[in-house]
Amino acid sequence: MERFHWVQHRCRQLLEGQSVQHWYSAPNGVPDKNSQDAHCSPHRVSGKQRTVFGRHGPHQQEYETISRNYKSNVIRTTKYNLLTFIPMNLFQQFHRVANLYFLFLALLNWVPVVEAFQKEITMIPLLVVLTVIAIKDALEDYRRYLFDKKINNNAVRVFCGKQKAYTDQRWKDVQVGDFVFLSCNEIIPADIVLLYSSDPSGVCYIETANLDGETNLKQRQVVSDLLLQGVEFSPESFHSRIVCENPNNDLSRFRGYMEHSSGVRVGLHNNNLLLRSCTIRNTQTVVGIVVYAGHETKAMMNNTGPRYKRSQLEKHLNKDILWCVVLLFIMCLTAAIGHGLWLKNLKDPVFQVDEEMSPALAGFCVFWTMIIVLQVLIPISLYVSIEIVKLGQIYFIHNDLALYNEQLDSRILCRALNITEELGQIQYLFSDKTGTLTENKMVFCRCSIYGVEYPHEENAHRLKMYEEEKTEAAVCSMTLKSGYSVKSLSCRSLGCNRSSVSLNTLNTESEEEEDQLFGKRTSAFCSRMAKEVVPDPELVKKLNWLSCPVLPLSEGSPGTPSSLELTYIIDFFLALAICNSVVVSSPSQPQNVVPEAGTPLRSLEEIKLMFQHFSFSPFSALTTISPPQIKSSPGSRQFTHGKTNSFTFSTPPSSTTVGSESGQESSLETSNLKLHLSARRERGDIGQLDSRETEGDISKTKINPDMAKQDVEGLTREMDNDDELVYEAECPDEEALVHAARAYRCTLRGRSADSLLVDLPGIGPLVIQLLHILPFDSNRKMMSVVVRHPVTGQVVVYTKGADSVVMGLAETPTCAEQAQEIHTHIRKQSQKHLDSYAREGLRTLCIAKKVLEEEEYEVWLKRHLLAESSIENREELILESAQRLETNLTLLGTTGIVDRLQEEVPETIEALQRAGIKIWVLTGDKQETAINIAYSCKILCPNDQLLTANCGSKDVCAAILEELKLEVQRCEDSLTRITSKKNCGNSFLCTVASFILVIDGQTLDWALQEDLKSDFLELSRRCKAVICCRSTPLQKSQVVHLIGKELGVITLAVGDGANDVSMIQMADVGIGISGQEGMQAVMSSDFAISRFKHLSKLLLVHGHWCYSRLANMILYFIYKNVMFVNLLFWYQFFCGFSGSVMTNAWVLIIFNLLFTSIPPLIYGVLDQNMSADLLMGLPELYQATQTSQVYVPCMFWITVLDAFYQSLVCFFVPYFALAGSDAGELTLGSPINASALFIILLHQVLESHTLTWIHVLVLVLSGGSYFGFVLLLSVFCVTCNPPTNPVGVETLQMSQPLFYFVCALTTVTALIPRVLFRALHNTLNPSAVLKLAPMDKVNSEKYHERMQRWNLSHSKVKRLPLGADNPGLEPSTASEVS
Amino acid sequence: MMASSYSTKEEDGHPSGASSHGGPGAVKSKKPDNTAFKQQRLPAWQPILTAGTVLPAFFVIGLIFIPIGIGLYVTSNNIKEYEIDYTGADINSSCYSCAKSYSWNSTTSCVCSVEFILEQPFESNVFMYYGLSNFYQNHRRYVKSRDDSQLNGDQSALMNPSKECEPYRTSDGKPIAPCGAIANSLFNDTLELYYVDSNGTRNAVPLVKKGIAWYTDKHVKFRNPGGNNNLTVAFQGTAKPVNWAKPVYELDPSDPDNNGFINEDFIVWMRTAALPTFRKLYRIIQKKSSTTPTLPSGKYFLNITYNYPVLSFDGRKRVILSTISWMGGKNPFLGIAYITVGSMCFFLGVVLLIIHHKYDTRNSSADIPN
Repeated sequence: MERFHWVQHRCRQLLEGQSVQHWYSAPNGVPDKNSQDAHCSPHRVSGKQRTVFGRHGPHQQEYETISRNYKSNVIRTTKYNLLTFIPMNLFQQFHRVANLYFLFLALLNWVPVVEAFQKEITMIPLLVVLTVIAIKDALEDYRRYLFDKKINNNAVRVFCGKQKAYTDQRWKDVQVGDFVFLSCNEIIPADIVLLYSSDPSGVCYIETANLDGETNLKQRQVVSDLLLQGVEFSPESFHSRIVCENPNNDLSRFRGYMEHSSGVRVGLHNNNLLLRSCTIRNTQTVVGIVVYAGHETKAMMNNTGPRYKRSQLEKHLNKDILWCVVLLFIMCLTAAIGHGLWLKNLKDPVFQVDEEMSPALAGFCVFWTMIIVLQVLIPISLYVSIEIVKLGQIYFIHNDLALYNEQLDSRILCRALNITEELGQIQYLFSDKTGTLTENKMVFCRCSIYGVEYPHEENAHRLKMYEEEKTEAAVCSMTLKSGYSVKSLSCRSLGCNRSSVSLNTLNTESEEEEDQLFGKRTSAFCSRMAKEVVPDPELVKKLNWLSCPVLPLSEGSPGTPSSLELTYIIDFFLALAICNSVVVSSPSQPQNVVPEAGTPLRSLEEIKLMFQHFSFSPFSALTTISPPQIKSSPGSRQFTHGKTNSFTFSTPPSSTTVGSESGQESSLETSNLKLHLSARRERGDIGQLDSRETEGDISKTKINPDMAKQDVEGLTREMDNDDELVYEAECPDEEALVHAARAYRCTLRGRSADSLLVDLPGIGPLVIQLLHILPFDSNRKMMSVVVRHPVTGQVVVYTKGADSVVMGLAETPTCAEQAQEIHTHIRKQSQKHLDSYAREGLRTLCIAKKVLEEEEYEVWLKRHLLAESSIENREELILESAQRLETNLTLLGTTGIVDRLQEEVPETIEALQRAGIKIWVLTGDKQETAINIAYSCKILCPNDQLLTANCGSKDVCAAILEELKLEVQRCEDSLTRITSKKNCGNSFLCTVASFILVIDGQTLDWALQEDLKSDFLELSRRCKAVICCRSTPLQKSQVVHLIGKELGVITLAVGDGANDVSMIQMADVGIGISGQEGMQAVMSSDFAISRFKHLSKLLLVHGHWCYSRLANMILYFIYKNVMFVNLLFWYQFFCGFSGSVMTNAWVLIIFNLLFTSIPPLIYGVLDQNMSADLLMGLPELYQATQTSQVYVPCMFWITVLDAFYQSLVCFFVPYFALAGSDAGELTLGSPINASALFIILLHQVLESHTLTWIHVLVLVLSGGSYFGFVLLLSVFCVTCNPPTNPVGVETLQMSQPLFYFVCALTTVTALIPRVLFRALHNTLNPSAVLKLAPMDKVNSEKYHERMQRWNLSHSKVKRLPLGADNPGLEPSTASEVS
Repeated sequence: MMASSYSTKEEDGHPSGASSHGGPGAVKSKKPDNTAFKQQRLPAWQPILTAGTVLPAFFVIGLIFIPIGIGLYVTSNNIKEYEIDYTGADINSSCYSCAKSYSWNSTTSCVCSVEFILEQPFESNVFMYYGLSNFYQNHRRYVKSRDDSQLNGDQSALMNPSKECEPYRTSDGKPIAPCGAIANSLFNDTLELYYVDSNGTRNAVPLVKKGIAWYTDKHVKFRNPGGNNNLTVAFQGTAKPVNWAKPVYELDPSDPDNNGFINEDFIVWMRTAALPTFRKLYRIIQKKSSTTPTLPSGKYFLNITYNYPVLSFDGRKRVILSTISWMGGKNPFLGIAYITVGSMCFFLGVVLLIIHHKYDTRNSSADIPN
């Protein structure tokens, strides 16, 4: 069973991993495993297709026959309806063992010889449980019903055949084949193939927030050739047939074709499908034909129920319940044997009712009777109670202010409801890096183009400033430096006034604002941080050459860029701007249409002319790479090694590279190079030489800081004047890059399906024809765009991707030696820069390009189109096609993007490590980056020993593991020698240096194999932390699985991206961080938090509490049941083991169900064995719950023993007090019950660590309800409850002092051992808990006063850190150190 | 066990945004309320049990329990009780022959008598009990074998008693009037007490048979069918229990108001005893005047009409004469238990005090270096 579940789970997980990977083009997606896919998915029946016709088209007949089998758009998510509710619900409920047990007992009671109580009474527990759950189910179902009703009755405009127009219809009336007309902001009612869009380019944008929580816009496309055909789409003229696959749950895949009446087939893919429950955005109107409706839509098919995980504690509990069963069996057996023997020895007694029964048979009957009588021993109600308690715990977790994120206005989301206590037992934490430890708010940091590094110092400075400020933020408010505040203000995206205020006013304004916004600074700042990049002055200077008509041909000075370099730079930024899937929108333009391209300052021809006018043309220079042109001037190029480490072509004036050269330029050449500063402010100036603006001589002033600064300011000011564009990117890297490009005035202004509008510095808006986008793919690890260059008209491929891949693909053209040399050099330099970026912890990307010959492109295009239109294996074919294109790339440059640590990550990690949680970082990043991040978030300490395992083959890997193991062993031995000498108690703090294992993806693959697994485990177990870099999602989940299974520990995985989903699902507790990468991780998680730092409170406080609460409650529950049931058992010794009870049956049944049920719940929800501050302050306390000290087998047996003792006292004190007297059955039962109640309630007072007014109230109410109930019974129940007739018993009893004397004695005697045990345990063996608990009080009261006095006497105002000055802590720390 | 779904709404897959599609509406912050309850910061008492905190409680309990125990013990000791076993199991016993010969089927009654001497006079009201041993009135089948509705005077139950009464439900096709095994096994010995004065004459001690049952039983729980008027008519059509000599309406010939279901001897018997050795109140000997004791010391003569066989199941029959106090009959257990527990607490208190002084040094070390 277990195994089966696991397989199921695995399948689902793989499926989800799959869909994730398609839907989100996140880095490191799960590798495609279609074979696995086919195995697991029940929906993918190959060969089955569905055909869809227009409902009102000419194919009426066919439509009728075909569509009959298609589901309509009515959805019904309710489980029951009015008629079926009772039978269905009962059927559902009796799937639970607990209820079956109750039912069995109730039925057993109908057997006359066995009957213990009245038949109705045994039904009560069952009825109560069934009713409670049924009510809950009914409410839930009703809510669903209302929701369904609302959804089904939503209005949508559907084409009506009779009226020949679009009419309003309800969602539920929509049929497959209907034509649906949607306007902007409407919700899509079914899965629709897009046939018409008001957008001229046939594009439509949808927001999938309802589906997956992503708010960015996704682009959808009208079926490709429809756009060309139709002027205005009309449903009546739609005669085509749509063939597509049967409904399935893969959100990211849709395959099919549309066959026109002419027989032409057009491929349909995911891009044509509008999914149900998404919202149309930025598009005026849309028409589509419904292909899947109702429950067959992809959104509905992706519906899965809530997750159910069984916690460790519950498994443990089941074991103990089994013990209870054994106990019950023993007790019943004792009674059966006893009864048999007793009967055997009896001769003709007057009280024997049915004599004909043999003792053995009677004994057998008594066995079953006793099972009914002692049924309470099996704490079935415990399961219900645990559910309720967990709901309460979830409620408090959900309401915790510390887990609330002010900026995102999001609370913690608890999706799994039954593993709260697992939070308290985490031993291994597996964390993703990006977005989990870091913000995943990417900020462009540095770049290297053409082998020249641009450090972006000011940018870096700004980032650093921000970080410093952040750390100091809590202490004091900081004044911001002017230069940087200007920039931060200048680029605030929306709503920023674009007035041309002088710098000074801007300054002061910003300062004020910063101070005002102090509280909200972090978030406000973050967004600005991401959007704004301070350009590097050097690069800006070089870029300016573009807008400057001056020719950089006389390469005497190192500061001057060569034309080749300039083309590289331009291409680089162009690539940054266009090689992405960013959607542009701006507040001034609600519709996301490409702005009219007519605005450029001059026509393309003009620009071309202009370029030709220059001695260099960036675009023609591009072609220099192609062999013929290189050949034309082979000897003319040579390297010079400039001081600034930049390479420039020193091109002698006589041999110009390309293009025509005007006399004007040559004359300019001879003159000194001028820096054209403000030309770009008035674009009209381009091409003219304005002597006014020649400000500095470059050859003399290499980098004039002032000038550069001015330059930068000019840039930023200009950016202010830009339209305020908002970029919505699927992944934050892209956004960062687009913003970076924008900082260099290479602005992406708009995007449509087949064109892009880009501002280029010095050129103005350009329309670039977009031929293809090859989206990001985790196999290729890169994405490309194929565009037709607006100027040169060439087909150019721009690629960006992971350095490991791109560097491999970037091949130098083999022809020109010199060019080759240049490229090798660029590559070498770039590699160097990449390495240094990685060391700094930056994310690196490579930007490359490739120019395609027309014929080459044609050939590729043909095959690509073929791939796109195929139904089978489309993904593979497209992948292959993309790989074919992405070869022989020319490396343009590299970028380094910084991803800052989230706030309080180091503190959190430190706290978690102190809590004894081993932290593993599993990241797809490079080793250097990973180690760097590990350092900065204090996973690595300076004196830790780093063990790295990188190897190429399995044998090496085995050897390395062995070696490392030995090394660790050696060190540990020496350490233990030292520590044993020092007689140290706490090993964790004693270890001076611990080991950190760093392992890369490939080695991990070897290490995870069967034969090396144990070595790897052994090694990793001894390390404080493990860092796995370059790991795939599959590996992540493998690691989690391995550790969880082999070490038998409870694992927690935390991640934010789609690549973490498998890991999150594999771990015992999966935590999703609702970050920048969409909701997929959150959707598959058990808890979703918004910040990594929340983990510490969640685990250290809530986890600890939940675990100890639940464990204590379970123990208490078991105690309570054993104690109460034993009272009945002891009585059997005095009634011939006949199964009599000395209590009224009502009281007996209700005692557990009512009188003593609420206090444990309160106990389980509210108890705090330690205060939150204490738990946060001393994470070591977490180890108590981690190793499950509360709920160990010995505690179970101690509890049972105590229960036995208490029940003995509780039975025998009243027994002896009443022995031989004229007491009736109920008269004996009355003090027994009352004292049992007192004992049970007071026992809880002893066991609970906190008592609030709620506890007191509940305890009083519980006690009161018992007395109220029995008194009422004794007054009014005359014949209600034969044979144990309670009338008059309790009233008489409670009027007698003896009753109270008996109760008092019983209660005190029963509780003495528990009190004594607690007191002695706490005194003789004081755990950390008790040592520290008084600290709390002391802290608040006396200690505070004393501290004040002490402070005064020492005239020190500064508070000392906790722990160092705390007297309560002294003994423990002392012992640890000595 | 039960996969409840707290967040069903999200799980439903319904577009949750669909509802808010009409307009943005008022954006409500999701920030949790900062209340003491929600943030789990309610002021709380934190009982931490250590030797230091617990020992006062032990001393206090000891100090309270010991005097109570002494009081209870003294009270119990002041109660006078005399017990006579008249089972007749012993061959020397006067009732031996009766015990041997008598069975439920006997028609003639056997009479025997027991002589005994009270050493001390019984000053206050004396309660006369009969006691039975090894009689399991608490046997599950036996306890159930009654019909409370019938006993409460319900007409339909009278004619059609509950099935629980089987096999004592009907006799010769007629319903048995107090049906069931309990009623059937009604204790039917008659006990008479005589005081033998100094000159040897037997003076019958007046035994009051009213007031031996609980008030609630007599007035609420047990009622005769059809009012208390003509009981013979009321019980027409019913049969007497198999073991009974007389029908229920003729239980007490001396007092017509003490007949039927409200016969007090019957009521007392019907309240089933908790334990196999029990006593039941038989009669009350009321104090006549303040000067003379209720039962002066001396020789007494107990006359027994031996109707109730107990030897078959090794039972015992006793007669108990006892005065009672506010705490009921004589039972030294409670007093002794109180004293024991009290002294134990005191002792433990001392032990804890020592432990506290030896180990619990936390408070003394809590000092700030100055």
